[in-house]
Amino acid sequence: MKSVIKGAGYILVHTPDMVLHNGTTQTTERIVNPDGEYLKELPSHIRSFDQALSYWPNQVYIGNKTPDDLAAVEQPWYDKTCDVNDRYGKFGQIMPQEEFLLLMQACDVFDLVKLDKDFVAANKPALAANPIMDESILARIGEGIDGAEVARLVNEEHSEGLYHNGTLVGCVNRAHDIDVNLSAHVMHENIVSKASSVMALLSAVQNAGISKDEVEYVIDCCEEACGDMNQRGGGNFAKAAAEIAGLNNATGSDARGFCAGPSHAMIEAAALVESGAYKTVIVTAGGCTAKLGMNGKDHVKKGLPILEDMVGGFAVVVTQNDGVNPEINLEILGRHTVGTGSAPQAVIGSLVTDPLERAGLKVTDIDKFSPEMQNPDITKPAGAGDVPQANYKMIAALAVKRGDIAKADLAKFTTEHGLTGWAPTQGHIPSGVPYIGFAREDLLAGKISRAMIIGKGSLFLGRMTNLFDGVSFVIQKNSGETQAAGVSEEEVKGMIAKAMKEFAATLLAQAE
Amino acid sequence: MGILAGKKVIIIGDRDGIPGEAIKACAESAGAEVVFSSTECFV
Repeated sequence: MKSVIKGAGYILVHTPDMVLHNGTTQTTERIVNPDGEYLKELPSHIRSFDQALSYWPNQVYIGNKTPDDLAAVEQPWYDKTCDVNDRYGKFGQIMPQEEFLLLMQACDVFDLVKLDKDFVAANKPALAANPIMDESILARIGEGIDGAEVARLVNEEHSEGLYHNGTLVGCVNRAHDIDVNLSAHVMHENIVSKASSVMALLSAVQNAGISKDEVEYVIDCCEEACGDMNQRGGGNFAKAAAEIAGLNNATGSDARGFCAGPSHAMIEAAALVESGAYKTVIVTAGGCTAKLGMNGKDHVKKGLPILEDMVGGFAVVVTQNDGVNPEINLEILGRHTVGTGSAPQAVIGSLVTDPLERAGLKVTDIDKFSPEMQNPDITKPAGAGDVPQANYKMIAALAVKRGDIAKADLAKFTTEHGLTGWAPTQGHIPSGVPYIGFAREDLLAGKISRAMIIGKGSLFLGRMTNLFDGVSFVIQKNSGETQAAGVSEEEVKGMIAKAMKEFAATLLAQAE
Repeated sequence: MGILAGKKVIIIGDRDGIPGEAIKACAESAGAEVVFSSTECFV
């Protein structure tokens, strides 16, 4: 039986101070051009939490607005105010920085995160009021230490500062004196990823309506690496986050593939459930501090706010078929192989048209394609264009080539089968998966019958290969069969009884 | 031969545009000597 998508969680964290202190564009600039105009200008382009809440794409990400709603809003969006500015949505929430710093401390099990005690006292009640928090997590938050000690750790012990509204309110200590893999910088990056993954896990469990104890396996698909000098990427983010989230019956592992990681992980989760190895698997990922303000120079130059101020996270619950929820169809898988090549046409061919060809389907048999759903408000001013649109144009061009649509319908194809991007440029976060929550709802409502999720990854960034990568899969309307469907025990007993009666009758007839 | 013939070329490709490998193949076919080629990601 095919596995189903039982629910999903999508979360954002507004991290303005981490843009300044942890985004690599800014940390690099501080080294190569410390007195440059960019670093001077940058602070005046930072958004407030309220501005982040009323930003259209953010409200779509947590489910208060739909991609269709967003498509109807004229671009650009940074200068428009969304009519909904709720921090909670049906898929998750937007957490403010001060609460997240406390959650980071709760997610640290090696006593590395130190917070100013006044900061803890002032902000703990707000985190306690968060509906996804429970006593086990809140009990992990310590009282904090003196602000002077925090400053000493940053100034003398190589600790990474934690700032809020420009003030030092805590730090992340290094976990080893020499090992760069356990440096304060790396520990900070990894704890942020872990804490945002915990938020996504808690949201997904709640939204799917399952108990935490039902979860048997967790796959983390972020782009960070945790380990020490003897096993740089040993892992395991999945189990570490599951521990804090209280998923006591789960084990897990990490799947990596740059931005394609989430799609690889979804296929692996579906295969694990469909095979019967595990009944309930969650695919999860936290966000990335390094990418905060990645395109900030272009945004500042053009007078825009810093739009890359959100850490993202998502989690999807994959379970055995319940006869209701949308199915993951592992018979229609796209894969970019070693031999595919890197030309955009070859990439989309391998991920979209090749699997459909094998399944005997037309491009138009897929109602919605979800490739890379980056928010164009961020990418267009930076010169990267509208990434989802570029994907749709190539899919449409291949559809014309196959004769699935007429050339005159190229533009219409993008509107009918495409989506407007809304996800933050957090690498793996926008890659295919942002639509899964909406796709589940659209499939349940009968608005669509099939959606294709496409993940693509830039393997060459690791300097181990020049290859590109990607995989795709299809989510479809549930066929209505349940796991228990087929022949029940009662029916089997009835069939055996009937066969025995017939056999007995035959014997009696022979005896006569 | 084109304007790239005999020239040394440095290539920065974009993963959401034209990848470095593709530009490299074009440049070399036009007679250029590619001294560095990479593809970068901005998303």
